[in-house]
Amino acid sequence: MGFWRKNRQWLCGVLAGVILLAIGAAQGQLAVIWQKAVMICMECIGIG
Amino acid sequence: MMKKIRLTVQLLFTIITNGYTYGFLNGKIYRGGLKYVCVPGLNCYSCPGAFASCPIGALQALLNQQGFQIPFAMIGFFFLFGSLLGRFVCGWLCPFGLVQDLLHKIPVFRKKKTLPFHRYLKYGKYAVLLLLVGVGSMFLFGGFAKVPAFCKYLCPSGTLLGAIPLLSANESLRSQIGGLFFWKFGILLLIVILSIKYFRPFCQYLCPLGAIYGLFNRFSLVQIHWEKERCISCKACERACPAALSIAEISRSPECIRCGKCIEACPEACLHFGRSGKREGTSENINLHTKKGAES
Repeated sequence: MGFWRKNRQWLCGVLAGVILLAIGAAQGQLAVIWQKAVMICMECIGIG
Repeated sequence: MMKKIRLTVQLLFTIITNGYTYGFLNGKIYRGGLKYVCVPGLNCYSCPGAFASCPIGALQALLNQQGFQIPFAMIGFFFLFGSLLGRFVCGWLCPFGLVQDLLHKIPVFRKKKTLPFHRYLKYGKYAVLLLLVGVGSMFLFGGFAKVPAFCKYLCPSGTLLGAIPLLSANESLRSQIGGLFFWKFGILLLIVILSIKYFRPFCQYLCPLGAIYGLFNRFSLVQIHWEKERCISCKACERACPAALSIAEISRSPECIRCGKCIEACPEACLHFGRSGKREGTSENINLHTKKGAES
């Protein structure tokens, strides 16, 4: 009980993070990130 | 000791996550499956050595999609790393933070912790997060496509880790340089010069990733715990803090990057990494309390 009271904030944050990440992955958002990341980003290097 | 450990961790993490040597030699970038995931720090995914993606670039990629989708994956990523580490990421795992730390070691100029008007300028990173990463990425268009406004107009990490190595190895890219490149190069130059005199100016005033992780600092797993009852109020920690924080602000403030300089400076060892009350009752504590009690 003491452990939960002391650590609940960050544990809830981690749990929320994992759930949101899973929802994003299920919506195909990781694939969108990958598609962007494997092409040279012209904006990032100041050309596009 | 803490200083050496931190530098080693920073160097190792930067080298491991940017170890795609083939990319540096041929002016190309890594295109494998590891880029489905992000590194926690600001690390341009167009760096020829980068094995993983940049969290701010990834967030903008999701915001740049047609229509509007809540970027669940990146919000989840920030909750995960923020809740575990807070701005420990900035202090220990960010390659651009390492670059600024190294520049600050150059022995020219009289070193200062913060820029003039620090109390106002420190909110600049929230403005960058809101206006460039958020609003800019959703509403700024280049032709018919949305643009990653932070990467395009501000990010010096992209210029240093992405543009310079790519352009020096790839002639076809070099031939396309225009005004935008010189704008971004100018920003990088300004940050480089400021970093020599001031402690991490980009992290303190402009970094949207630092702004996000700072929101988690108050309750993240990794904290700097202050044993108030043993503190002798010598203020050695406040003098050592590169972000000019008071002892009450250290760890809890969104500006604390958990660099550990306060821990190293404390003569009574009453600051340490850990969570509140974790070390209560250890033999080390009991001995120190006894010693203090005997002295008084």
